[in-house]
Amino acid sequence: MLTDAVGALGRWGLQKICSLGRSTLMLYHALIGKPDFRKHFPLLIAQIYFVGVQSVIIIIVSGLFIGMVLGLQGFNILKDFMATGSLGPLVALAIIRELGPVVTALLFAGRAGSALTAEIGQLKASEQLSSMEMMAVDPLRRIISPRFWAGFISMPLLSILFCLVGIYGGKLVGVDWLGLDDGIYWSGMQASVDLMDDIGCMVIKALVFAAACTWIALFNGYDCRPTSSGISAATTATVVQSSLAVLGLDFVLTALMF
Amino acid sequence: MKFSKTEFLVGLFMLAGIGAAVVMALKVAGLVLDSSSNSYTVHAKFDNIGSLKLRAPVRIGGVLIGRVEGIHLDPEDLVPVVDIAINSEFNQISEESKASILTAGIIGEQYIGITPGFYDEELGTSYLKDGDYIRDTGSAVVLEDLIAKFLYSSSASDSADEEK
Repeated sequence: MLTDAVGALGRWGLQKICSLGRSTLMLYHALIGKPDFRKHFPLLIAQIYFVGVQSVIIIIVSGLFIGMVLGLQGFNILKDFMATGSLGPLVALAIIRELGPVVTALLFAGRAGSALTAEIGQLKASEQLSSMEMMAVDPLRRIISPRFWAGFISMPLLSILFCLVGIYGGKLVGVDWLGLDDGIYWSGMQASVDLMDDIGCMVIKALVFAAACTWIALFNGYDCRPTSSGISAATTATVVQSSLAVLGLDFVLTALMF
Repeated sequence: MKFSKTEFLVGLFMLAGIGAAVVMALKVAGLVLDSSSNSYTVHAKFDNIGSLKLRAPVRIGGVLIGRVEGIHLDPEDLVPVVDIAINSEFNQISEESKASILTAGIIGEQYIGITPGFYDEELGTSYLKDGDYIRDTGSAVVLEDLIAKFLYSSSASDSADEEK
């Protein structure tokens, strides 16, 4: 009885470690090697379009509303302390330091990560990955690598867009609706936001989240059971794992950087 | 050279991202402050500017007439000098006016309030021009000073009571 439980735990642990190793090998083979820009650049562009450009709308809309909600809630509370002048720093720092990269990464995992997993899972289930190998085309270089770089390039851009739109959303509510002074909103922000410490760290966070999210999405697709239920399980696993990874990494990065 | 629609949209996306980064650096982090608008700048020396910030409002009787454009320390006197950009339409402010640092609310943002002075050509006063100094200034009220003053005066009156 007890030996069964211990054995099950051991098997589970070994499986996890094996999949971690397989995912590292996948990333290693996909990224290491001489790049062929002429052949791979069009693939990269197509993937940036898929994971980046098509996520712009959801990023902008959610950024706008998160900024507006922050502006509204912040204003109502700061009003009690006659400190509505701090609305600008509040909105800007909250969005730039935490909400911007984190919410972008969560949306990215849901919008683009799940799609990547499903796509690669379907390629595997219909044995297109094996066919590529038969034709001496490395699927890691042709399928995985451009998708990884596309996520890595798109996410910081999406994150910056999110922050900017969010700050303007806060301005829309605080200044244009509730009547805070325009100059106080921006001056307080400019006095407290630092280009390197805040915006630079936001970009670093976005890059780390991008690597984590796309890696998890690609590996789940590449390693899924080649059946329809396997693809569905892999897609779910992608969203759950990337969300948890983003939130966990965010704490670690915040503790390290601020 | 012909580009596909995808390439064009990706280019647009990257431009938007880079543009947003530039706007963030300029507007949110306040990297550069250019003043190409039609305004003139006057200076004022204060003993203490409290927590006055760049771009803080400048008002006459509550009406916004300009912004604080720069804050720096006079290297000789070691007193803070504030550059005030005033909108050109308010060009009839006497140089005898008083500039004081006021606070909006108890712990609110600080701004500069200008109390207009008299204007009489026979007495040799003139309007403020670009580069002028406002001579009559009132410093920011520092809360700690007020509390210290209050405590000191109350303890003095206490001891006076005891002597009676």
